[in-house]
Amino acid sequence: MAKKRKKGLTLQFIPFSEISSLGGLERIKKLLKIVLDNKVVVLQGRLKPQEETRLIEDTMIMIDNIKGFKGVELAVITGDSENKSFFNKLRFGLARAIAGQQDAITIIGPASIVKEMKKDPKKLEVMMR
Amino acid sequence: MRILKNFTRRMFSLFFRKKREISLGFYGPPNAGKTSLANRICKDWTGEDVGKVSKMAHETRSIQFKEEVEIKYKEKILKFKLIDTPGIATKIDYEDFMKMKMKKKQAQKRAKEATQGIVEAIQWLDDMDAVIVVIDATQNPYSQVNITIVGNLVARKIPVLVVANKVDLKKADLKKVEAAFPEYDVVGISAKYGKNMDEFYESVFKLAKRA
Repeated sequence: MAKKRKKGLTLQFIPFSEISSLGGLERIKKLLKIVLDNKVVVLQGRLKPQEETRLIEDTMIMIDNIKGFKGVELAVITGDSENKSFFNKLRFGLARAIAGQQDAITIIGPASIVKEMKKDPKKLEVMMR
Repeated sequence: MRILKNFTRRMFSLFFRKKREISLGFYGPPNAGKTSLANRICKDWTGEDVGKVSKMAHETRSIQFKEEVEIKYKEKILKFKLIDTPGIATKIDYEDFMKMKMKKKQAQKRAKEATQGIVEAIQWLDDMDAVIVVIDATQNPYSQVNITIVGNLVARKIPVLVVANKVDLKKADLKKVEAAFPEYDVVGISAKYGKNMDEFYESVFKLAKRA
């Protein structure tokens, strides 16, 4: 009797240091390449706002050109900045400007595997297909 | 470079005080009611529509605009160019359209147009003087698309007004939308029934001042 193959899910962790020296386009290329391999990216930190929209643009172009690719599910969970004092907000703002926003986690999964990501401020539910 | 461009433009309009149109964009996820709101404004002030609305997502798949829309509020008149954009999404599956009884070829065509529309909408961001981000108040406001759009507008120094649409529906949660965007003006409206449009127009005038 043939063995039933178990279905699995691969999460690929990318430390921020792995993308920090890359330009915006290379960062997106690297992340989307992992997604195209049907893996879920868990990125330490987050992309810049313009990089996030570029990621959406490139995803749309890929949907048009790669058969079977349906897009991505994307979520960013950030650290709690609401309760920080003005001075601390300023300090964190400066640190972000210099080193990038590393107190966040970005999750990008292929839409063919991840059905939906439901985000509340401090909770993320990942619904699989 | 953008800051310099904006500064030059502002100085130019200051010296050659010809009343210019304010390019007002409508951004948001699909089916939030961007076209319904643009239509409501146009109907109120010009008697015409901007575009077609539908229950099926991605009805608007290309930029559509209405120029020279004059809005009057408390004896003041401002002239706008209303720019309605396709809903921004991170995924598009033609099979979703087939579930709405669309034929495969037609669904694939719609999906292709929708992906191109999203790219077009993002590329138009830099042409906006101010943007209204339309959010469906019955949906989770913390969706990444909403956060990404607002984050981009802030990064590009474009003034933002958040509109929580569909407040006429029982499931609508205006407070949740306000909690998701604590640093922005949030106005709850029903574009379909014209609910709370006075407060909306007041907020649009405040927004235009910052443009």
